[in-house]
Amino acid sequence: MADKPADPGHALLMAVGLEVHYGGIAAVQGISLAIEEGEMVCLIGANGAGKTSTLKALARMIPSSGEIHYRKERLDRLPSHLLIGKGMALVPEGRGIFARLTVAENLAMGAYHRSDKADIAADLAHVYGLLPRLKERAEQVAGTLSGGEQQMLAIGRALMGRPQLLLLDEPSMGLAPLMVDKVFEVIRAVAAEGVTIFLVEQNARLALQTCARGYVMESGRITLADSADKLLADPRVRAAYLGE
Amino acid sequence: MDIFLQQIINGLTTGSVYAIVALGYTMVYGVIQLINFAHGDVVMVGAMVAFTVIMGVVGMGLPLPPFMIVLAGVLAAIPACMAVGFLLERAAYRPLRHAPRLAPLITAIGMSIILQQVALLIWGRDPRAFPQIMDNPSFAIGGAAISAVQIAIILLSVALMAGLTWFVYRTKFGIAMRATAENVNIAGLMGIDANRVIAGTFIIAAALGAVAGVMYGTYYGIAHYTMGFILGLKAFSAAVLGGIGNLAGAMLGGLLLGLVEALGAGYIGEFTDLCRWPVVSAMLAERCAADGHVVLFGSNYQDVFAFAVLILVLVFRPSGLLGERVSERA
Repeated sequence: MADKPADPGHALLMAVGLEVHYGGIAAVQGISLAIEEGEMVCLIGANGAGKTSTLKALARMIPSSGEIHYRKERLDRLPSHLLIGKGMALVPEGRGIFARLTVAENLAMGAYHRSDKADIAADLAHVYGLLPRLKERAEQVAGTLSGGEQQMLAIGRALMGRPQLLLLDEPSMGLAPLMVDKVFEVIRAVAAEGVTIFLVEQNARLALQTCARGYVMESGRITLADSADKLLADPRVRAAYLGE
Repeated sequence: MDIFLQQIINGLTTGSVYAIVALGYTMVYGVIQLINFAHGDVVMVGAMVAFTVIMGVVGMGLPLPPFMIVLAGVLAAIPACMAVGFLLERAAYRPLRHAPRLAPLITAIGMSIILQQVALLIWGRDPRAFPQIMDNPSFAIGGAAISAVQIAIILLSVALMAGLTWFVYRTKFGIAMRATAENVNIAGLMGIDANRVIAGTFIIAAALGAVAGVMYGTYYGIAHYTMGFILGLKAFSAAVLGGIGNLAGAMLGGLLLGLVEALGAGYIGEFTDLCRWPVVSAMLAERCAADGHVVLFGSNYQDVFAFAVLILVLVFRPSGLLGERVSERA
């Protein structure tokens, strides 16, 4: 690890020497990555490679060592509830919606840190436009939604915080193929609006087809980092993650 | 006099107080899964502070209407209890937030003892009698009587329950409380500061407790430094009966417990009067002929009912009456 803090340059989010330990087990072993504004970047890898731990550490949900920079600001000492105010939102693994709250209440919680009522109303209308099913089910308790609808709600809720950077943890998990396509359509639409996307996925093919650039993670380390096209063509990636 | 109707009225009155205290247990449990055993003693502090203020105002001999004097007591008790609730959370429970659950539980019992001992030092060991400054007229309804204080307690409790429900379901902070109760980590991602929500929950619970303390003190006419113990246990039983963590459950549980207790106290003497049952011995027959009654258990056994209910709920329906969770699909 560097003694002097690294210079983030013009990266929106940068991690240097990020480490996560659970008891004696090192889940993330000193990884470094950088994401620039407007990019769509993915992190792929097998189950247990440390992808979710990486995202949780970036979102300050679990303790970690190493540096995390966001817009030239150090995040690694901040509690997680301050991140959304800085423009960073996470759609957690397993969606993490509030099952006992209604859809509308979940979305309201996404905008919890904001007080600009008129803008919140406009963003709500925008989210409902992007995800019309949520509007139909606004007063329904979120726990009664289908898996795909819950994933849509988790994304919509994150958007209500007006993030500049959206971290997504396994948005395809547990969804039917048709629903996966719909979720990724929404992610592309969000990216097209200028939101920077950092996507963690087990579905490597889909992630690499969606993003411009990717990192490959294996047993807590980043082993490959390249453009998505090159990774899709890389024989190691093809053998390990694309089933070829 | 219609005993049944009278006991229903009495039960609704004490049940209303139990419900308000039970809400304090259930709100805190809902958010941090802690049974705050010191909550009953916060209620006691409310009664004691109100007593002091009421006595003080009466002692000054100001020409205030009695209602205003009681109101002054309530308005002093609420911030005092809020401060106690805030301090309990900040000093005792927050440092143990990530400790094994037994540690805060034992701490809560310790806080209960500390509050009682401090109250003992301040207010002494004798029961303090609330001055009878207000007329308390009774109204006849259907063969029973309901007093003005009973009407006031029931109406105030209903208003508090409605107000709390509105707050928890309609305000941003209330929704954040429910979100934190469901998943504190995800709530953090939304920008919700768990410490603020938890402190707020303790403060609201304590404010309700303050009002309950004044209601209880006014109804029975006395306050005592140990009054929070049994009242707290009963309210806790009420919260478990309704399903701990569930607001509607605490309200329902409190009212049901009050009714069970009142009806139990009203009828236990009659049902355990051995003279009502087939005579088993000549000696008993003699005494029945002489006295008319040989009662095994009197209404002083009324506390038994609350705990009998608690045991029955824990055995047959540990999740409580309304304690079924909404299915959380993965």
